[in-house]
Amino acid sequence: MTTRRTILAVVTPLLLIVAVAVAFLTVDPLRSLTGAAPPIEQVTVERHVLDGDGIALLVRVGGTAPVRIAQVQVDGAYWTFAQEPPGELGNLSSAWLRIPYPWVLGETHHFAFITRTGLAFEHTIDVAVATPDTNSLGVLGLVGLFVGIVPVALGMLFYPALRAGGTRSFGFALALTIGLLGFLLVDTLQEALELAADAAPGLHGAAMVWLVAALAFVLLLAVGRRKGGEIGGFALATSIALGIGLHNLGEGLAIGSAFATGAAALGTFLVLGFTLHNVTEGIGIVAPLVQERPRWPVFIGLAALAGLPAVVGIWLGSYAFSPHWAALALAVGAGAILQVIVEVGGLLMRRSATQGTSWASAPAVLGVVLGVAVMYGTALLVQA
Amino acid sequence: MRFPFGQPVTRRLLLGGSALLGGVQVVRLALGAASAQPHGLGHGAVPAVSRQSVAPSAAHVAHGGMMTVGEVDAARNGFDPHTILTSWDTGEVIWDGKGHLCREFVVEASDKDVEIAPGIIFPAWTYNGRIPGPTIRAMEGEQVRIIFRNRGSHPHSMHFHGIHSARMDGVPGAGDVLPGGEFVYEFEAKPFGCHLYHCHTVPLKRHIHKGLYGTFIVDPDPARHPEHEAAARSRLLGTPENRGWQEFVMVMNGFDTNFDDENEVYAVNTVAHAYSRRPIVIDRARPVRVYLVNVTEFDPLNSLHLHGNFFDYYDSGTTLTPTLKTVDIITQCQGQRGILEFTFKDHEPGHYMFHAHQSEFVELGWMSMFDVRGEIA
Repeated sequence: MTTRRTILAVVTPLLLIVAVAVAFLTVDPLRSLTGAAPPIEQVTVERHVLDGDGIALLVRVGGTAPVRIAQVQVDGAYWTFAQEPPGELGNLSSAWLRIPYPWVLGETHHFAFITRTGLAFEHTIDVAVATPDTNSLGVLGLVGLFVGIVPVALGMLFYPALRAGGTRSFGFALALTIGLLGFLLVDTLQEALELAADAAPGLHGAAMVWLVAALAFVLLLAVGRRKGGEIGGFALATSIALGIGLHNLGEGLAIGSAFATGAAALGTFLVLGFTLHNVTEGIGIVAPLVQERPRWPVFIGLAALAGLPAVVGIWLGSYAFSPHWAALALAVGAGAILQVIVEVGGLLMRRSATQGTSWASAPAVLGVVLGVAVMYGTALLVQA
Repeated sequence: MRFPFGQPVTRRLLLGGSALLGGVQVVRLALGAASAQPHGLGHGAVPAVSRQSVAPSAAHVAHGGMMTVGEVDAARNGFDPHTILTSWDTGEVIWDGKGHLCREFVVEASDKDVEIAPGIIFPAWTYNGRIPGPTIRAMEGEQVRIIFRNRGSHPHSMHFHGIHSARMDGVPGAGDVLPGGEFVYEFEAKPFGCHLYHCHTVPLKRHIHKGLYGTFIVDPDPARHPEHEAAARSRLLGTPENRGWQEFVMVMNGFDTNFDDENEVYAVNTVAHAYSRRPIVIDRARPVRVYLVNVTEFDPLNSLHLHGNFFDYYDSGTTLTPTLKTVDIITQCQGQRGILEFTFKDHEPGHYMFHAHQSEFVELGWMSMFDVRGEIA
């Protein structure tokens, strides 16, 4: 009896909501306000592919009414195009526009999409280069290894030194890790928000980034502590590697899309910069392991967890990625990084409590500052 | 670690960057032989993608992809640019009540959605439901009476380029008609020539570019021009001499579909690419006369360039001898107009382009073609 009442209590308001919506749509009390105003429309380009057939653009539309892309201008000229799927596009749906346009290597191309209502939405390809094809998968993967695996593995080589340094260096390494993660948190969030701004406005990218980051943080914290209490040692190292891995996925996306958008003229220097920048990440991952004796497969696993996402990111970034999906991945990364900051911080404070010292000891403060400084300093190498 | 991602990357930055930093091997490695530019796309080779978009024809090969996609629904628009080319509104000859003969026209202004390029609907203001409005044609010296009714949502007028009194000027205060109102413009048709009329209600740009304009042709009265009687007779509609000509009216116009004071679409007689999709058929045995009017807004100039041929030009059409002989481009300021005369009689049949010689306008729709034929059945 009570269950039936509960169900009724849930269903009734839902039905009423539907009823109100239907009534509102039927009566349309706002008609006198909106009159014959044209619908609101939005067209955003999410991806482009340049090859021997011309230019293909993935567009996503938004609007109060279905959007029909009537004509396409390339560099101020109406050009033939084929739309897949054809016809009107509903709110937030996407389609490929294939334009047999003779694009010019290394030059800029401008697009305007004229909808049925005469609105013009613009898009620019800053530097036209052929979209890497599957033949380049190997080379791009190699770039990913250089940016992801190599620096993390190199950073892990500091492990013996950290062990030799004893408890003082352990605390310092943890503090260093916090500084490093703090930098990554800011960086990841910033990148996620930038991507969100590029996504179709109807998706409310910025709100999504904040909410997903918060949810990921809470969720990962809960999963990490499901056995009760704070985590340390191997579990903490794994968490750090996961957070850094998600961040490196974002870096990979950025590098991959740089190849795809022609910004990769900075290639070698850029890749080297990222490599140096990411060495610190290796130190951060192994810091919680200083008081344990892990076997070498553990290191390999952690390096893979933190570094391989860069390879995936580069592949996705250069072939197939939409800003909102990338923003989503980076938001999860930001949440994960915040979680490990909390955990590493907790570990550091527990240690100082057992040793009877302040958590804000000189090595700890120095470690945090140094972590941020090193990350910022090496980031200068990859500034465009 | 912020990356040049979603922000403008200039070539200079990139070139400077790579020059400064030397090696770009990784890029070369990554891109390698992948710089597959579309070879031969521009001309001849029609890529697979365009197959569904346009029906194949000789005319379509020439555009090489530079073309709007789809067809304009002329039935829905209520007018066809091909019909506009040769449709003359000569009104009705009546007694004006004071014992004089008078040529009377009726023109109605109305709001109308017009498909100005395939799939693009423009919220236009029109005379008699079409853009350009009716081509009003009378003979020099005739008394003209235009009954103008405003069925639109804004005040409108008809301002004729011609010789008339201030009361009949069709400007605010003299012949400006409120919605639902009516005004009768009366004047003598003079001087002979190729003229235009347009709405002169303010704001001017908006009222004109929304579609309120048309051609006003005053044919010369041969009796008044004994020294050029043959030329005058060839211009006068209805004479046997005039029937020997192929006459077309072409109004160069543009449409600012998103109201940013720049045209998204350029055309002759409104519909982008109308005469390149379906070229204007010309009998090469008969001479061609084009009444050309420029009402393009926002751009100060428009032009016409004829391929493979030259023409004589009569600025404003107010003379019976050319004001410019043997040219292949004529440039007109806003509101300027004139008559082009040329012949294809010694040409081989084929498609002869004509278009603005501003490439920008060409690529945005002002591209047309004559289909010159040897024998017309």
